[in-house]
Amino acid sequence: MAKKRVVTTTINGDTHEFLCQPRQTLLETLRDVLGLTGTKEGCSNGNCGACTVHLNGRPVDSCLVLGVEVEGAEIRTIEGVACGSHLDEVQEAFLEGAALQCGICTPGFIMQTESLLDENPNPTEDEIRFYLAGNLCRCTGYDKIVRSVQCAAEKRQTANVGDH
Amino acid sequence: MAEREVTWGPRGSHTLIGKEVSRIDGVEKASGAAKYTNDMNQPGTLFARLLTCTHAKAKVTRLNVDKAKAIAGVHTVYLFKDIGENAECNYDGELVAAVAAETADIAEDGVRAIEVAYEVLPHVVDEQDLEAARAAKRLKYDDDGKEVPLVDRTVGDPDKAIADADVVHTGYYGIHTISHMCLEPHGAHCTWDESGDGPKLTARHSTQAVSTTGPQFASQFGLDASDVRVICNYIGGGFGSKFAADIWGWAAAQMSKDTGRPVRLMLDRATELKTPGTRPSGFANVTVAATKDGKITAWKSHHWGTNGPQGGTIDGNQMPYVFDPPNKHVVSQGIATDCGPNRAWRAPNHPQLCAITDTALTDLAAKLNMSPVDLYKANLDQLDDTAKENSKLYAAELDRAAELMEWEKKWHAHGKGGNGPVKRGLGVALHRWGGQSVKCSSEVRIFADGGAQASIGSQDLGTGTRTVIAMVLAETCGLPLEKVKARLGSNEYVYGNPSGGSITVGSVTGATRRAALEATGILFDKVAEKYKVDAKTLSLGDEAVWSDKKKVCSWKDACRLIGPEPITATGPSPVADGLTSKLVGGVQMADVSVDTETGVIRINRMVAVQDCGLVINEKTAKSQVYGGLIMGIAYATNEERIMDNNSGRYINADMETYKLPRIGDIGELIVEFYQPDSEYNRGVVGLGEPPVISTGAAIANAVANATGVRVPVLPMTPKRVLDALAQA
Repeated sequence: MAKKRVVTTTINGDTHEFLCQPRQTLLETLRDVLGLTGTKEGCSNGNCGACTVHLNGRPVDSCLVLGVEVEGAEIRTIEGVACGSHLDEVQEAFLEGAALQCGICTPGFIMQTESLLDENPNPTEDEIRFYLAGNLCRCTGYDKIVRSVQCAAEKRQTANVGDH
Repeated sequence: MAEREVTWGPRGSHTLIGKEVSRIDGVEKASGAAKYTNDMNQPGTLFARLLTCTHAKAKVTRLNVDKAKAIAGVHTVYLFKDIGENAECNYDGELVAAVAAETADIAEDGVRAIEVAYEVLPHVVDEQDLEAARAAKRLKYDDDGKEVPLVDRTVGDPDKAIADADVVHTGYYGIHTISHMCLEPHGAHCTWDESGDGPKLTARHSTQAVSTTGPQFASQFGLDASDVRVICNYIGGGFGSKFAADIWGWAAAQMSKDTGRPVRLMLDRATELKTPGTRPSGFANVTVAATKDGKITAWKSHHWGTNGPQGGTIDGNQMPYVFDPPNKHVVSQGIATDCGPNRAWRAPNHPQLCAITDTALTDLAAKLNMSPVDLYKANLDQLDDTAKENSKLYAAELDRAAELMEWEKKWHAHGKGGNGPVKRGLGVALHRWGGQSVKCSSEVRIFADGGAQASIGSQDLGTGTRTVIAMVLAETCGLPLEKVKARLGSNEYVYGNPSGGSITVGSVTGATRRAALEATGILFDKVAEKYKVDAKTLSLGDEAVWSDKKKVCSWKDACRLIGPEPITATGPSPVADGLTSKLVGGVQMADVSVDTETGVIRINRMVAVQDCGLVINEKTAKSQVYGGLIMGIAYATNEERIMDNNSGRYINADMETYKLPRIGDIGELIVEFYQPDSEYNRGVVGLGEPPVISTGAAIANAVANATGVRVPVLPMTPKRVLDALAQA
């Protein structure tokens, strides 16, 4: 077995140093080494998006990234989105819009939506459906997810206008 | 004690019940704080990985785990199979061994190091080819070896009715096996600890049955039921497949006992698709006859299919579905295949029965040059024993669904879906379900500091169980939702029913309402004594106690009268007091476009009009219907288990090739509850399963209406659509 490596990275704004095996995925490292289980495991082969996190500002399936690859990187996970129990606009919109039922796919959808709205603050419905096509939900209603993303975009834009 | 009348109160009198309320566990789920079984990683937890059989039918001839056990970090190996008596494997994916190790990767090393060999035996995995099954002797036989059907039922004289009919339609229909595909796989995190006074085994188990799996763990290990604690606060999907402790749960417990460490054993994705259950298939030859004004006079069907090694298929006793013509002959045959076994799948039997019945009826309507809506209406006086009370309800729901679909405006005759390559059409189907509440308790406590809590050994599958319990408690106590607690997810609470059969909302809300009324009745006695008012005049609302619209005291002041021992009341379910009842209908309509050059079906609009008696939480209830529609779109258009006849293996057991709809594949979904006062007055009826039943048939019928060609077998993949068009 290969030796464990020391990896230093920033996760949700805090510096973390941890040991992981070269073959361990970022998903496994987050969940089972660092205890950040908000990032969910769905398929472990990049088909469901449940494990989506941000790597240097871009959304990735963390099951397709190795833990050792994130040396020096900035990671954002679902645990870094809310401020305490104060949800951000996307989380709030998912909750109010009933865009979650069992909730296993929800962290992945929210992380993907955060990226979408960072890139494109005012997406069309088609753009939402295209951007979220890699995320799989088995039980909710994709329809409600689309409506919630639209609602979050509106809320965020209103908030930004208010900031200026 | 002041007895409070056991009712839901007049419609419109509520602050919470019937409103759209966001789920109370939403913050935990949206922030990543919610811990599912697959998230359990207490210090010292070992991770398990599985060795599964790679053949459809085989005997284990060699199984050596020495090399696996020798790997540093591997702690134990558990055998589900062994050479000798327990050597036979009956399907691809059947569990052979589990390895528990310090990390999942090391456990996988262990699995790879296991030396296993099989004697491969002949297999049958084809569930559609009845003649092949007959040749392979995979049907049911009597003691003399004569082939016998599972069901052979005749009512009236169907042959004469068919001979006398104005119109007769004959067709072939079918629906393939699907898996549950829970996003959180089956599994358990088990901790064995005999050191203290607590339970010896704690199973954090991904389960739909918190209160009933404990005894299954206990009996396996010779423990008292009270020695097993089962915990499930969050579950990532079950759909009918997570009721048992299961052999992998036992394995996790045994490995924890053997190692003295917690063990987490979750099925991997492929095994999740192959092993813990599927929905049975059915394929049918149907003849249906009617008078020229659309009254169905006879039904004949012969269907077959598989539910795996048991040799069953969909229930022939319920064929045809909902409609019950006076003359019928139904034959069903099951094929014993070397495929994974079945389990209850959201509304067992009903989606398949509907996909065979309502498709044949739509084709009959086309032959009569009738709209299927008119054909249905012409037969609402001949419904089966379960559905016959729904006659008026179906008529109203058909009308309302037609309005929402703009049916009259869009409807065209069979096959007149346009001249271009993309054809558009409409379809309809309807369903029934029971949804009656069952044995369940709720314990309500009111504390001196004003706190109120309801606890039940139930589980929230994402359906909003926790939220409806809290809503009922808050409504009954006159408190805001955030000031009450709803506890579930542990078998240390009073007994809660397993969540299957759409029975949970009625069971838990009925029990909670009864308990909360009793508890507040006790509180009223204390208030009456202290404030010298008649307890019978008291009511609760706005965090206060009222007597004939005059405020007596605040809720907090009232609770101060309680003292150190909280008021505790336990409410039962079911009780015939009008809080709950049974039987729902439901109508769905589909508007689809079919690209006749690619075979791709697009959903333009789905309409679901659903009744479920009194709706407790319209927001979470609607989510159930949306979810049902999407699962229906899945099994109608793409989702299926694909077995390879040569290898006998389940070849699409992953999320790439087991095709589920994505967010771009769902059109406009319109959901409406049918809830006139008559529905409200029925009390609560379960909802989880019915919305998935008629979706497949409605979509299939829309495709037939668009193209004029019946795509006979679901899912209607592009290939099946193109094949049907080519053969037309």
